[in-house]
Amino acid sequence: MAETLENGWSTPAALSIPKEGYFKKEEGRYGPVFPQTPANYGFSVIAKVKPGREQAIRDYGKTIEEAVKGSPNVLAPLKLHYLRWVLFDVGSGLHFMYQGIFDTDFDKYLEDAVALFNSTGLTTVFVNLEGWPEDWKTNLNAVIKFFREHHCPSFLEYGEYPYVSADEVKKALKLKAAFSNMLDQMQ
Amino acid sequence: MFIKKNVMLELEDIQHYLLTRPHATIAQYIFINFRTAEGGRKWVNDLSDIVGNVKTVMVASESDMRWVSLAFTFQGLRKLGVDETSLATFPEPFRQGMAARAAILGDIGINHPDHWEDKIASEDLHAVVILFARDRDEKERCIKRHDEYLQDNPGVEILSSLLLEAVPPYDYVHEHFGYRDRLTTPVIEGMGVEPTPGSHPPSKPGEFFLGYPDETGLIPIQPMPEILSKNGSFLAYRKMREHVGAFRDFLKANGKTVEEQELVAAKLMGRWRTTGAPLVLCPEKDDRELGFDDKRNNNFDYEKMDPHGYACPMGSHIRRMNVRDGRVSRIMNRRLIIRRGGTYGPYLPDDAPDDGANRGIAVFAGCADISRQFEFLISVWANDPEFLELNERDPFAGSIDGAVEMTIPKRPIKKKVKGLNAFTTVTGGAYFFLPGIKALKYLASLK
Repeated sequence: MAETLENGWSTPAALSIPKEGYFKKEEGRYGPVFPQTPANYGFSVIAKVKPGREQAIRDYGKTIEEAVKGSPNVLAPLKLHYLRWVLFDVGSGLHFMYQGIFDTDFDKYLEDAVALFNSTGLTTVFVNLEGWPEDWKTNLNAVIKFFREHHCPSFLEYGEYPYVSADEVKKALKLKAAFSNMLDQMQ
Repeated sequence: MFIKKNVMLELEDIQHYLLTRPHATIAQYIFINFRTAEGGRKWVNDLSDIVGNVKTVMVASESDMRWVSLAFTFQGLRKLGVDETSLATFPEPFRQGMAARAAILGDIGINHPDHWEDKIASEDLHAVVILFARDRDEKERCIKRHDEYLQDNPGVEILSSLLLEAVPPYDYVHEHFGYRDRLTTPVIEGMGVEPTPGSHPPSKPGEFFLGYPDETGLIPIQPMPEILSKNGSFLAYRKMREHVGAFRDFLKANGKTVEEQELVAAKLMGRWRTTGAPLVLCPEKDDRELGFDDKRNNNFDYEKMDPHGYACPMGSHIRRMNVRDGRVSRIMNRRLIIRRGGTYGPYLPDDAPDDGANRGIAVFAGCADISRQFEFLISVWANDPEFLELNERDPFAGSIDGAVEMTIPKRPIKKKVKGLNAFTTVTGGAYFFLPGIKALKYLASLK
């Protein structure tokens, strides 16, 4: 990644971000593009849970765990680092937060994400959220609009090893393993 | 919105353009402005009788050598009298038009719509007539007939037109750089055509035609009214000038012998230039027999056969535009387009220096969802520097400004080809809607 070379992965970096979520308005296919930060790309989708649906959402934790266990590369095209799913109530009712950190901007692979959510059964979590479009099965644009409208951009992001992609991390670990193997062979 | 099994396309109501490939040697695109709504509707009505549908064109005899298609811009539909409520149901990219999406598509700098030709970015562009003819005489006869017709219908005028003609050598289909073309095209379920080995499985009709189930198994929400959208498709038009002299200079600078130059040309494309034989299957040496064997020339993948790109570089044109790799995309079947088009401008003989003439390709990409299909291909797979962490763009379809490098994976150390300039410049583009036959009659009947 270009940014990696300029800034160096070994120097931790923080970046504060304007309220809009971007520095300069740059249109993507579905709206303004959110920039890469030292913590790469990401989103934080927050929505209110429909009354009485908490357990339904919690139960899906197991479904996703099984889906990834059965097919560990199922989410590979999304270039993810981490996903976090949180349920919380700070006095205004139960809310759901879905936070992801990945290596490509939010807009580019939205259709891939929606298709993967559908194929893994993940989408069925979202039907428990207020504002989720009723015609989600046939209206891709409405689904994408939901994610964009419920995304709360960060105002600050930090990276201990900034701008490094998951692929680079995996390559580094593979190299380490290969060198370790090499040393074993030389004993 | 329900699942139907074995949906058959209504072939008699679909314009032939995306589904048949007549044996034409020549074509003309005529870009049209409707001065008046009445004139426009009369024109649609008068021409609609000669628009070929899939069914009739498929069974047409050799002597039937004229194939006309009509498509409209958003402004064209509005001018013809489609009401604003209906217009608002058309997808945003189509409503905005391609020129307004320039930043998304990477059409900046020399590729910017300000420099586009043929008045293609004008708000006055309302429609296009795509005319195929078997020979030049037949084409001239049709154009003359249309010109005469327009004399009686002053409500319609020609903004510009573009002649497309095959360039020598005529023994294989190719563009000005000499790359063999038309090696992969989507096959649609229910058409009775088997995909060749290694090609995509048949697509659901809704990937290309409105009103049918797509790969989700459901009929996606459609523009209104149904009579207008049913059996229609969207077309993304792209005119790209090809800088043949610059391309040949680049090959010479990166290869001492003809064989080395051909290998560099093949590495940029992912296939050998004149045969189309895929590098994955014959990485060292061209194989003509393999290239022309439809049972073999698409029968490969990248994930298992060439994961590191030692045969076919990750950044080559065919590996970017048709990724064939589950690690990169699980929804390749939702990113397909049907390409139609050809070359314009004079042939530049192999040994001739660049004469500065305007030559290139002018292509229509047919799809059901401009953003998900066409715009994704251009903005992400062609133009995203982060694609596979290459920090490159597609050598032909990407927006390249100034000399860049491209990585050719090679053992022990990767090789970089340098001085890769923009071999192509985008010089035109527009979004059109290609309606069904009944929809043409509906447009002609609007008040």
